[in-house]
Amino acid sequence: MNIDRRQFFKLSASSLGGSTLAALGFSPTAALAEVRTFKLARTTETRNTCPYCSVACGLIMYSLGDKAKNAKAEIIHIEGDPDHPVSRGSLCPKGAGLLEFVHSPSRLKYPEYRAPGSSEWRRVSWDWAMERIAKLVKEDRDSNFIARNEQGQTVNRWTSLGFLAASAASNETGYLTNKICRALGIVMLDSQARICHAPSVSALASSFGRGAMTNTWMDIKNADVIIAMGGNPAEAHPVGFKWAVEAKARNKAKLIVVDPRFSRTASVADLYVPIRAGSDIAFLNGVIHYLLEHGAINEEYVKAYTNASFIVRDDFRFEEGLFSGYDESDPEVRYDRTTWTYELDGQGYAKIDPSLQHPRCVFQLLKAHVARYTPELVYDVTGVPAESFLKVCELIASTAATDRTLTSLYALGWTHHSVGVQNIRVMAMIQLLLGNIGMSGGGVNALRGHSNIQGLSDLGLLTEMLPGYLTLPRDHETDRAGYLAKRTLKPLRPGQWSYWSNTPKFHTSLMKAWYGPAATAENDYCYDWLPKLDKPYDSLRLFDLMAQGKVNGFICQGFNPLASYPNRHKVAGGLAKLKFLVVMDPLATDTSEFWQHYGEHNDVDPGEIQTEVFRLPTTCFAEEDGSLVNSSRWLQWHWKGAEPPGEARTDIEIMSDFYLRLKELYAAEGGAFPDPILHLHWPYRKAEDPTPDELAREFSGYALADLSDPADPARTAVKAGQQLAGFAQLKDDGSTACGNWIFSGCWTEAGNQMARRDTADPTGMGIAPGWAWSWPANRRILYNRASCDPAGKPWNAKRTIIEWNGRQWSGLDVPDYKADVPPGADMMPFIMNPEGVGRLFCADRLADGPFPEHYEPFETPLGTNPLHPKVVSNPAARVFPNDRAMLGGSEEFPYVATTYRITELFNTWTDHVRINASLQPEQFIEIGEDLARELGIANGEIVVVRSKRGFIKAVAMVTKRLKMLTVAGKPLHQIGIPVHWGFMGLTRKGYFCNNLTPYLGDANTQTPEFKAFLVNVEKDMSEFMPHSHEPGQGHDERRRPEAGLTPATGQASWLTRILTGRTEV
Amino acid sequence: MALQSLDILRRSATTTPSPQQRQTTEVAKLIDVTKCIGCKACQSACQEWNDLREEIGINEGSYQNPHDLTANSWTLMRFAETEQNGTLEWLIRKDGCMHCADPGCLKACPSPGAIVQYSNGIVDFHEENCIGCGYCIAGCPFDVPRLSKKDSKVYKCTLCSDRVAVGLEPACIKACPTQALVFGSKEDMIEHANDRITDLKERGFENAGLYDPAGVGGTHVMYVLHHADQPQLYNDLPKDPTISPVVSVWKGIMKPLATAAMALTALAGFFHYVTVGPNETDGDDEEHSA
Repeated sequence: MNIDRRQFFKLSASSLGGSTLAALGFSPTAALAEVRTFKLARTTETRNTCPYCSVACGLIMYSLGDKAKNAKAEIIHIEGDPDHPVSRGSLCPKGAGLLEFVHSPSRLKYPEYRAPGSSEWRRVSWDWAMERIAKLVKEDRDSNFIARNEQGQTVNRWTSLGFLAASAASNETGYLTNKICRALGIVMLDSQARICHAPSVSALASSFGRGAMTNTWMDIKNADVIIAMGGNPAEAHPVGFKWAVEAKARNKAKLIVVDPRFSRTASVADLYVPIRAGSDIAFLNGVIHYLLEHGAINEEYVKAYTNASFIVRDDFRFEEGLFSGYDESDPEVRYDRTTWTYELDGQGYAKIDPSLQHPRCVFQLLKAHVARYTPELVYDVTGVPAESFLKVCELIASTAATDRTLTSLYALGWTHHSVGVQNIRVMAMIQLLLGNIGMSGGGVNALRGHSNIQGLSDLGLLTEMLPGYLTLPRDHETDRAGYLAKRTLKPLRPGQWSYWSNTPKFHTSLMKAWYGPAATAENDYCYDWLPKLDKPYDSLRLFDLMAQGKVNGFICQGFNPLASYPNRHKVAGGLAKLKFLVVMDPLATDTSEFWQHYGEHNDVDPGEIQTEVFRLPTTCFAEEDGSLVNSSRWLQWHWKGAEPPGEARTDIEIMSDFYLRLKELYAAEGGAFPDPILHLHWPYRKAEDPTPDELAREFSGYALADLSDPADPARTAVKAGQQLAGFAQLKDDGSTACGNWIFSGCWTEAGNQMARRDTADPTGMGIAPGWAWSWPANRRILYNRASCDPAGKPWNAKRTIIEWNGRQWSGLDVPDYKADVPPGADMMPFIMNPEGVGRLFCADRLADGPFPEHYEPFETPLGTNPLHPKVVSNPAARVFPNDRAMLGGSEEFPYVATTYRITELFNTWTDHVRINASLQPEQFIEIGEDLARELGIANGEIVVVRSKRGFIKAVAMVTKRLKMLTVAGKPLHQIGIPVHWGFMGLTRKGYFCNNLTPYLGDANTQTPEFKAFLVNVEKDMSEFMPHSHEPGQGHDERRRPEAGLTPATGQASWLTRILTGRTEV
Repeated sequence: MALQSLDILRRSATTTPSPQQRQTTEVAKLIDVTKCIGCKACQSACQEWNDLREEIGINEGSYQNPHDLTANSWTLMRFAETEQNGTLEWLIRKDGCMHCADPGCLKACPSPGAIVQYSNGIVDFHEENCIGCGYCIAGCPFDVPRLSKKDSKVYKCTLCSDRVAVGLEPACIKACPTQALVFGSKEDMIEHANDRITDLKERGFENAGLYDPAGVGGTHVMYVLHHADQPQLYNDLPKDPTISPVVSVWKGIMKPLATAAMALTALAGFFHYVTVGPNETDGDDEEHSA
């Protein structure tokens, strides 16, 4: 406290005077003690859900005013919704600070425009901005639209404009965005899923049939053993992690954490095991090896419910790190997968050997494949201490018993690798071997990272996707019949449901929803209006093409790619080559100011950047109605609590305006392939602003003609114009419209199912079937038929989810099975798979192999692969030549780095939120004590971390929590790099961790290898080199204590210090 | 809410006894350190509910931000890394007011009604009566109250007395994601703690126990610790906290003497003013002090 002498006397005198008077009995009796007035007494409460991660905690927003016409609602407080079955009133530090998101000083209020070469924003009107955008977009589309490819095939695609969709936008926004983008022929359409959980969709769908978290958040409490590996749920999903802690406290569960860094999850674990980043497959194949060696599997489950007994073609091979069919000539597709399939009999069914003895049955092939992964190899490759590895194996093996389950909680620690899909695949296989899929307390639980990225995946906002996991056609798929035939999967075993046999119904109904009366049987339901792909235009390709100057326009909706994509310099270079960039966001993102100079943190010259930039202010979660899909597939409706600031508009309004202007231009002037634009079905009451209700009804589906009841054809089940009850009612004759078949049933004739808020959990097992609505068909635990043995008896009677009642399957959950097929029938529980069973061997689906194999990260600290030195890293991964040249080696960059989120912050969003900024104000990295000692780095010092691609400067946090490992006989150090800081917002300015990361990704999904790359670390010596820093920015300030830095510590008075003997100032 | 003021057990620097007739339930916050993941939801919820905003500080090589309790941060996660029996542990303790049954701050406070203790156990500061002398800081065995630079008054956790008064749990309790924070009657909280201690002992934490120190008459914020025998591991949680002897002396022998001395000083000052007039300051004096 800075008090001068006179102030001290004054203060002392008043204190003395006060105490003297009090002592003499002159108490100020009028000042009765009163608690602070309760501030919520007459506020209006509105229900919402948190916009950050996919736990999707319930919120109650309290706003001033009672909604009277003359009162303007203003949100004054947000806290947890105690009814919410997952969160039960809790919120993490981000959710608890949401008020400051709504009222962030970074909220955008007006449309803004940055002219080419300018270094400032200009406020513009909506009309001006939207007119200019529509003009630029039309010009580019008309010049660059590709109607036919070189072979003369109709492709109708547009590859010079990219679009990134918002991971926190509602389903209604996402659906409309996709509808408009595809009508324009945009193929470079992608979303956050590409850089987060795309591998989950791929791995889980190829193992079990659906690409989503298998169980629910609350169900985690039923687990006996929990393994958090490839994820850090305490930090990334704190409220969902509640149920892991609950499992420990109530179910005596054991929590295992396997992570390069001792995380907050590890702080409450029973067993923490350090591991080398990028070696998870070696570890987990070692676990499979252990389970098979010790016979610790649920044999009956494995025989009945997996493809263990299926016989694989005799020309399938795995040798020297390569599967059969490898061909290096095509840089995009390295494997011919013909041999990765089953031997079929004359009827087209796969041959099986129920005894599992056939040398080419999947079980025997798997045994041979993992035989190399002995405990010794695991220690050598992963650096995991021997005794820890065996302890983990024992705990996992204990859940082979039918009355015990293991649950796997993972997130980006597995997806962010060049082997992302296969990391997840191994766990899927382990859970199938143990019989833990379909079980309460089991599952492979992909913890999605954004509030609606599951929804955006479900709605197909990815380059190659359409809603409901339908896919866009390829160039050669010139006719609809062939396209559908390939995607209409016939059963591979007798009696299987193989639900993808219904593809024509899903696809036809989608086209009816998009093109309405224009889609007819005669024109193949506008099949040719869908853009066709010559290759997937994922967003890594998008930024690569952008860096080559081949992309002209880019629309960025609720996304901050400058911070989020690997090798920031490449991305920044690409943005600078654009003709125009449109940013739609509630906050002033780093991307929107990529052209602005921010010292060393964004070292660019605005004068050299000719990109026109539009910044459009959008509403945030609190200011709109709509639904989001949480990680466990719940569609939860949320409600608007206040008006947006300034002139901000909803994304739906902006997208509609954008579309209607283009439609008007095409109607007036014509242009490249206008048909899909002119005939896009737009049945909304207010064309310029469709309501979320209308859009939700459309993707849930409605009848276009009277539909008869299949059980009684004389009776009409659904009248024309009515909402469908679910996807079972879809037709392939154009008599139903449904924008996303897996969401079908979310809005029925009974109303909005997503708005349901029944808290009842009848058995206390963590299934609240009346809370919101879960895809598919309100099923909460996927594959739940597998919770009973083939004879229909629950494996664990204490955790019965569904059972056969003599006539049909029923119970707590909606059966994920044909309800009237009795126990003992041929039909197996994995109804989406043509085999009917879970896949240990992933036949003909993945780009990099039917079994997971350990490949080194592309930047490997070993320089070789101990299993097969000739094939070091994933041979099927796509690496662009320029990016390969940007990979570093261990001589120059000796340390393994990994990136992650920390609890207090959410990507770069919370940089704009005052409360959260105060909880983690400044960028830091974590470094082990051993390495710090070696490099002479003290705790709290500034260090420079360099990779081949760039550098960051950050505070070094020296910790015991990152231990040196011994890998391949040599010491190995790992560095932890949290991802959150940028050059915008309220935190101290930081450097994007993506200055460092390599630009390459998983072989199947191109999800970047953010979690294992090489760096070097050194002390920051720049303070000794004058003029190397911009003054007043970032870390600099700490070296100049006079620069107005406010100590965060409240200090006691001088007198107090004397009294307490504390003399430090 | 006004009703709550009747349920006051003690008021600082006041000799008039408080009404004693009503029986109210003693409440307590239980902090189960063994379930805490250090997420800081409690810190966030505390700032939000109490309309406080912490400064954007710096990182000094720790997850602990801000670095200490402040007039804006009434609760703080304190992080400590330790190795116990060869196993690394990251001990994270939520620090803040313990709401002692025998509150040293209240005892030390010379300003009437600036510190009160409700019959439910909450010790609350009423800043409108605070004179900023800082004696409560000296009196606190846990080093919790913080003097504000802005208004020279002392602030600390109120246990959300405004929420508790209307039948709600404190904001931090509600937010806590892992149920490391629980709120209820002190009796229930002790029972809950005992359940947790049984579980911890089964998991090999033989010295797990409840922290409810007798030296301050017990507290209305208690901890479940894995190592109850070594509270100092948790960022120097005091093993046997007691009220500082300085406070006892001040309140005991010194008080009547000091009162007389102060009365005399004031009297002397009064006569000086009447006979000589007020002290004048000159510009130099002010400049030198700047």
